[in-house]
Amino acid sequence: MSEILDEWPLYEIFVRGRRGLNHVHVGSLHAADDEMALRHARDVYTRRNEGVSIWAVRSDAIAASSPDEKDPLFAPSCDKVYRHPTFYDIPEDVPHM
Amino acid sequence: MTPADDFHDSAYDGLLDHHTVADDSQWAFGTEFEDPLAGVDTTVPAGEDPHALAAYCLMIGDDALVNAHRLSEWCSRAPDLEEDIALANIALDLLGQARLLLARAATASPDVVPPLPPGSPVPPEDALAFFRDDAAFRNVRLVEGDNGDFAVTIVRLLLFSTWRLALLERLQSSRDQVLAAVAAKGVKEVTYHRDYAARWFLTLSRGTEESRSRVLAGLDAVWRFHDELFVPTRIEASLADSGVGVDPATVAEEVAGLLDEVFSVSGVDRPDLPQVGAVAGGRGRDGRHTEAFSHLLAEMQSVARAHPSGRW
Repeated sequence: MSEILDEWPLYEIFVRGRRGLNHVHVGSLHAADDEMALRHARDVYTRRNEGVSIWAVRSDAIAASSPDEKDPLFAPSCDKVYRHPTFYDIPEDVPHM
Repeated sequence: MTPADDFHDSAYDGLLDHHTVADDSQWAFGTEFEDPLAGVDTTVPAGEDPHALAAYCLMIGDDALVNAHRLSEWCSRAPDLEEDIALANIALDLLGQARLLLARAATASPDVVPPLPPGSPVPPEDALAFFRDDAAFRNVRLVEGDNGDFAVTIVRLLLFSTWRLALLERLQSSRDQVLAAVAAKGVKEVTYHRDYAARWFLTLSRGTEESRSRVLAGLDAVWRFHDELFVPTRIEASLADSGVGVDPATVAEEVAGLLDEVFSVSGVDRPDLPQVGAVAGGRGRDGRHTEAFSHLLAEMQSVARAHPSGRW
């Protein structure tokens, strides 16, 4: 045993639902290692028949944007209405738009 | 069916595909629940003694019921939230198996069900779980002891699930269609239980000095009930002969091999400890139980027994 931690590391859990195409973040949990994280995720997040696939990622392995950067990162897109394809006439028979 | 029954049934109707379901899009992840007994022939196999079949169902049903109760005692007391839910899930899996098996015992031979006051709404499987005295339970003694600490529970779960999985795998080809269906459902569940227990056994054994010493103490506490798991009763032997049940003696070698693998990666020696013997010529399967079992039953049954006409 190399190092004894006070607490298990935190994992972020992503589950792909029966009808979902992609994995969706469902929450986080603590686990002793990667394999246990998958098992804990199965127990905590798929016990009501929700999932068919699980990803578990160490939280400290995720690079996240900071709330402080919100304006520089996202505000510039607010006034660029021309980036949205909303200036076309959609024919009546085109579904799902 | 009384209106009250109707109410009880209807609570889940909306969740079940086979009852509805034109539009279940409100459920994010789908509602494809499976009824393990759907389309299963529930007649007693030709030439089989219904009493023996019922007795056998009680044996493997009680194993699951009593272990489920012990595991449920961990609720809110496990070392972590994640383990709390994991143990509760395992308890619920076993409770589900117990329910099907006790119900099977009651349909095969209704005289095993304890009598209740006229008009009591208690279903037969609940009557069997909550209104039998300890001597009428047929579970092995391994499952009835106090939980001890987490390591004791893990060691017991490893031993129990390895043994039960070996039994259920063989039971899938039972001539009794209900037993075969329950076993097929149980194999998937118990495979996970065994994996969970083995992983924790390894983690604790190779963890700290403290965790390892607790695993070894857990083996000391649990291992004395090992040999009993493989002693067949007359009923098990006879049902195994007729292709309905499994003789537990036939799984001993496989279970030993699997446990040895876990012991070996965990750096633990296979225990060589004295075993509990027969009491007055009988073991758990004969209704001879430990003192801890009486306390367990008192807690498990007291509410149901105080309200034999109660509706839950």
